[in-house]
Amino acid sequence: MVVNALRRILEALGHRVTKRIWRLGFAARFLFAILLHSGTALRRFHLTIREIYFTGVLSLIIILVSGLFVGMVLGLQGYDTLQRYGSTEALGILVALSLVRELGPVVSALLFASRAGSAITAEIGLMKATEQLSAMEMMAVDPIARVVAPRFWAGVISMPLLAALFSAMGIFGGYLVGVQLIGVDAGSFWSQMQASVDFREDIINGVIKSFVFGVIVSWIAVFEGYDSEPTAEGVSGATTRTVVTSSLVILFADFILTAFMFRG
Amino acid sequence: MNRATIDLWVGAFVAIGLASLLFLALKVGNLAASSGGETYQLQAEFDNIGGLKVRAPVKSAGVVVGRVSDIRFDPESYRAVVAMNVDSRYKFPRDTILTINTSGLLGEQYVGFEVGGDSELLKEGTLVKKTQSAVVLEKLISQFMFNKAAEDNGGGEKK
Repeated sequence: MVVNALRRILEALGHRVTKRIWRLGFAARFLFAILLHSGTALRRFHLTIREIYFTGVLSLIIILVSGLFVGMVLGLQGYDTLQRYGSTEALGILVALSLVRELGPVVSALLFASRAGSAITAEIGLMKATEQLSAMEMMAVDPIARVVAPRFWAGVISMPLLAALFSAMGIFGGYLVGVQLIGVDAGSFWSQMQASVDFREDIINGVIKSFVFGVIVSWIAVFEGYDSEPTAEGVSGATTRTVVTSSLVILFADFILTAFMFRG
Repeated sequence: MNRATIDLWVGAFVAIGLASLLFLALKVGNLAASSGGETYQLQAEFDNIGGLKVRAPVKSAGVVVGRVSDIRFDPESYRAVVAMNVDSRYKFPRDTILTINTSGLLGEQYVGFEVGGDSELLKEGTLVKKTQSAVVLEKLISQFMFNKAAEDNGGGEKK
């Protein structure tokens, strides 16, 4: 009895693990297929532009507003801590570095995953559930080239732009609270910031981060949609998995990238 | 929604995205000021550079005239060799003394030029040996403490 129960637990565990690994392999093959079939998405670029509208432009409001508020909170909290050491002029450095290096890429990627990633998964999943993808195949239209690749590239293109907007908005928010509201000297706010933010070390690394996150989110979103069970339940499960998996992978990848970039 | 409207929106989106990147590069990162103009290289030997870092500013009379480009250790003289790129618009006399200063009590460290009066000028690649090391705060404090303690003990015996 006990042996049987143990064996069943072990089997279930093994099944789960092999399923995960199988899905990972399929996802890697899927990414390769997307890259192979990107020709159409880039040649008929209006397909991609349409998707940039849905993923990028429609995410603008949430990115701009949350960037502004994150920057304003950074301004308040940073001022509160810095004034204990009498170095409130360093507020500009604190706001700019934390936004450009970390918060900009990471928070905008998390927002992007829940705003645009989930929508991509649901859309592709529903296309699959209503057999639109099969219909395309019947008409000799490759669904990966026609549906998946444009969405993938739209996400990859939008993400760095959104992260830059988020950081810029956040720095503006920090300026509003720090300089306009509390009264930190505007000159030292900007000059200290300019003296310690390095273009290559900080800004370019931030852009690289957001590009990597863009690839991760778009890849997971299109894969979960394409791989979803063609039922209402399956699509909802896939949408949830997109948000959960991409958030976790973003944070993990951020740790790895930060360890490589900012060790010095 | 027709294609033209979508193109317009996406164009606007890409434009403001690039504009914010430009804002980050110029206004936040100060790309324009850090990589402009001709420079010439100077080297200097220091006994102790303290917390000086690559890209630290080089200042004369408080004005930034260059940046530290490289810091290495010379295994023969056991001293630190600091290479600096100085703006070619500014020439300094040969007997200029280089010091490592700290801006504020806890601020970043920079190389300061104390200008001399020689008529000859420092040239590209010169190795300056007249230097003053960074003040290490711990050493200063411990020196002060020891002196204080010696004064208190010694003062009592002598009297």
